Amino acid sequence: MNSKDFQLFCDIVKSRSGLVLTEEKIYLLESRLVPLARRRGLENLAALADEVRRYNDERLLEEITEAMTTNETFFFRDTKPFDTFRDVVLPQLLSARAAKKSLRIWTAACSTGQEPYSLAMLLKEQAAKMAGWRVEIMATDISHEVLEKAKAGLYSQFEVQRGLPIQLLMKHFQQVGEMWQIDSSIRAMVKFQPKNLLEDLGNLGQFDVIFCRNVLIYFDQPTKSQVLTQVHNILAEDGALFLGGAETVLGICDSFKPVDGQRGVYTSVNGGLMAATG
Amino acid sequence: MPSCLIVDDSKVVRMVARRILEDLSFGILEAEDGKRALTACLEKMPDVILLDWNMPVMNGIDFLRTLRNAENGEQPVVIFCTTENDMAHIREAISAGANEYIMKPFDRAIIEAKFSQVGVL
Repeated sequence: MNSKDFQLFCDIVKSRSGLVLTEEKIYLLESRLVPLARRRGLENLAALADEVRRYNDERLLEEITEAMTTNETFFFRDTKPFDTFRDVVLPQLLSARAAKKSLRIWTAACSTGQEPYSLAMLLKEQAAKMAGWRVEIMATDISHEVLEKAKAGLYSQFEVQRGLPIQLLMKHFQQVGEMWQIDSSIRAMVKFQPKNLLEDLGNLGQFDVIFCRNVLIYFDQPTKSQVLTQVHNILAEDGALFLGGAETVLGICDSFKPVDGQRGVYTSVNGGLMAATG
Repeated sequence: MPSCLIVDDSKVVRMVARRILEDLSFGILEAEDGKRALTACLEKMPDVILLDWNMPVMNGIDFLRTLRNAENGEQPVVIFCTTENDMAHIREAISAGANEYIMKPFDRAIIEAKFSQVGVL
């Protein structure tokens, strides 16, 4: 691929999603965009770049962005954040919201839905403690294609074996041919909608817990700062922000502080979780 | 070093599983059917057993039931690893005392995920 075409694709993806592609990611760009080009009857990426320059077709630009922003995910990814949510964050919020009995959780960049469904299964396991509570799990992603898959809740044998304990497969899934479908009662707990993290997030409302894991690593510094500032604005002051293992707010956004002893968990400097130390 | 007994009548499967598990720092023992696996267990209980279902002489589910009734037979973590990939088999395995269940084909990511879930990694 010539450097002009590479730059064209990088600019499209950066301006629409914030994702920064460096030259060592050429292989990724090729592996994701060649199938897209073929689906449109184009021979190679040079022809795809020509198509973009010639027609500037909005749907094509969207497809290119979606192809580059679709990332791998799996159930209970990294395990620890879900343990922390269940054992540290949830008990505090159940106590703090005892009068209101309402919780809102957002998983940003949810991809094919494993993260929000992991939270939904985990909350269902806590049903005895949560009788009468209204819990909303909002799950968003920039890609319409992955959201369709997420809504269907249908996963391959390979996908259900990465991170999902067999007891939860037995309890919450049905076999459909060669696929496994998560039960409708779990699917009903999650509301999926498209959302670009570069857009205004204010209309999502306020959340008690936000999972924004393994997203910021793909952004440059100003974009990280912009997204974190918006996230702070819609997170309750005693709420919790979960980031990926390789991500931090330090040096990027001073509205958050780490929750003591809980790697990857942050809370607002204005209030914060009770366990947080300032 | 924790030990893992790989029980499978396929030499290729045993070899692939051995490579992955040795890389994850397990000491490996092998058996090609349930009867040989029982003999190995009665000699010395392994920490983990990766267990196929369909094997000659003694199949995996009969091995597991016999193991769980043997002295110290409750000790090893047992992870089924089989082409039987339907809910009925999964339920039968878990109620017979299996701790986890892998549906073949498997790869390193699945082995790592399942071994972590049962706390042996």
